[in-house]
Amino acid sequence: MSLYNLQKFLYELNRDESIQNQYNENIDALLSKYTLTKEESEALREGDIGLLYVLGVNGQILMHFAAFLGIEWFDYLDKMREGIKNHGVVRDGVYTMTGGGKSFTTEEKGR
Amino acid sequence: MSLVYSGVLSHAPGITGRAEMVDNIEKRDEFYAALEQQRQDINDAKAEAIIVIAAEHFANFFMNNMPAYCVGIGETYEGPIEDPEWLAIEKTTIPGAPDLGKRLTRIIMETVDVAYSEEWKFDHGIMVPLHFLTPDYDLPVIPVNINCQGPPLSPLHRAWIFGEALRRACDQVPERVALVGTGGISHWPATPDSGKINEAWDREFLDRLMSHDKNALLGYNDENIYRDAGQGGFEIRTFITAAAAAGGKGDLQFYTAELPIFAVGCTVASFSLN
Repeated sequence: MSLYNLQKFLYELNRDESIQNQYNENIDALLSKYTLTKEESEALREGDIGLLYVLGVNGQILMHFAAFLGIEWFDYLDKMREGIKNHGVVRDGVYTMTGGGKSFTTEEKGR
Repeated sequence: MSLVYSGVLSHAPGITGRAEMVDNIEKRDEFYAALEQQRQDINDAKAEAIIVIAAEHFANFFMNNMPAYCVGIGETYEGPIEDPEWLAIEKTTIPGAPDLGKRLTRIIMETVDVAYSEEWKFDHGIMVPLHFLTPDYDLPVIPVNINCQGPPLSPLHRAWIFGEALRRACDQVPERVALVGTGGISHWPATPDSGKINEAWDREFLDRLMSHDKNALLGYNDENIYRDAGQGGFEIRTFITAAAAAGGKGDLQFYTAELPIFAVGCTVASFSLN
C-alpha cells in the first residue's frame, strides 16, 4: 500500500498537461517514475475508478481523473459503488464508508 | 481603507458544471439570483479587491508540503484547472493584487504564521465563486487557502484567529477590500454518497454562524464533523474565518438542501462588519 505515491501521481496528472500526454502516449514509462504496487499501477493503467476509490484515493483527486478519462458524472459515482461491491470497504485515506453507496439525488434516480 | 464586505457562498463544481441536470429549476434560479445579489452588494461596497478564502482540492497543495494557511501574492492566476467543459467555465486569466497581498500578509504574520505563494492554479473552489461574483474577471483577487482536505487540519479556533488577523490587516491598508469565505457545510463530495446533505446539521451550523456565536462555532471537532457532515464538512473553516473577520451577526440570504445534484447545501450569506 502506497497511497501517498498513488495520490501524488494523480495530483500531478490532474494539473499537468504534459503528464496527461505521457499517460496517453507511454503510460508504462510514466508509471515507472513512481513507486507503486502492482495493484495500484494496474488500477491506473486500466482507469479502474472503483478500485482506486477503495484503495483510498480522495474523491477530490479521483473525480478529475474520471473526467480526464471521459467518464460521465453518474457513471463515476456508479464505478465507486461497484468498487465497494467488488473490493470491499475503503482501505486507507480520509474515508471510512459513511453510507452504502446509495443514490441520494433525485436527479440520479430519474436518469 | 478597511474591510468593506464579508460574506460566504458555496462553491461546488456542480453549481456550474451540472446546472442543466437540475430537477428543481425554480430553486436553482433562486440560488443564482442570491449570488447575483451578492455580486451587487460587493460592487455597491466599491471593493477594489476581493479576498477569496477557499478550501482548495489538491490543485496546488499536496501532502508533500501542505500549508495550514496560504495567501496568494501572484500577479495573475490561471483557472479553472479542471476541464472547462466539465465545469462549464472557460479557462481564463485572473488579475491578482501582489502589492496589496504582500502588505496584508506582513500584517497577518504579526499574529498568524501563513505561507504565501506567487503561483496558484484556481480550481472550482475559487472559479465558481468568481464566475458569479466577478464574471468579467476585472476585480483583483487575493486567494487564501485553508487546508480542509489533507488531515491533520488546523483546529477551528485557529481558523477564527486567522479571520481576526485578516480583519486587522484589511483595516490597516488604504484599499477597500471585500472578503468571502467559500466552502461547503455538510457534504460528501465526489464520493459514492455525493448528493447526501444533512440539512438539520447545516441549519444548526448556520444558526451558530449567523448569530456570531463563537463558542458554539468552535464547539465542533473533526470527529463529529466527519460523522455528521462528512469530509466536506471540514470546509466550515472558511465560513468561520469569514465570520471572525466580519465580527458581526450574519444575514442568511439563501440556503437550500433541495439541489442535491450540486452535492452541497447551497448557501449565500453576508455579515455585519463590527
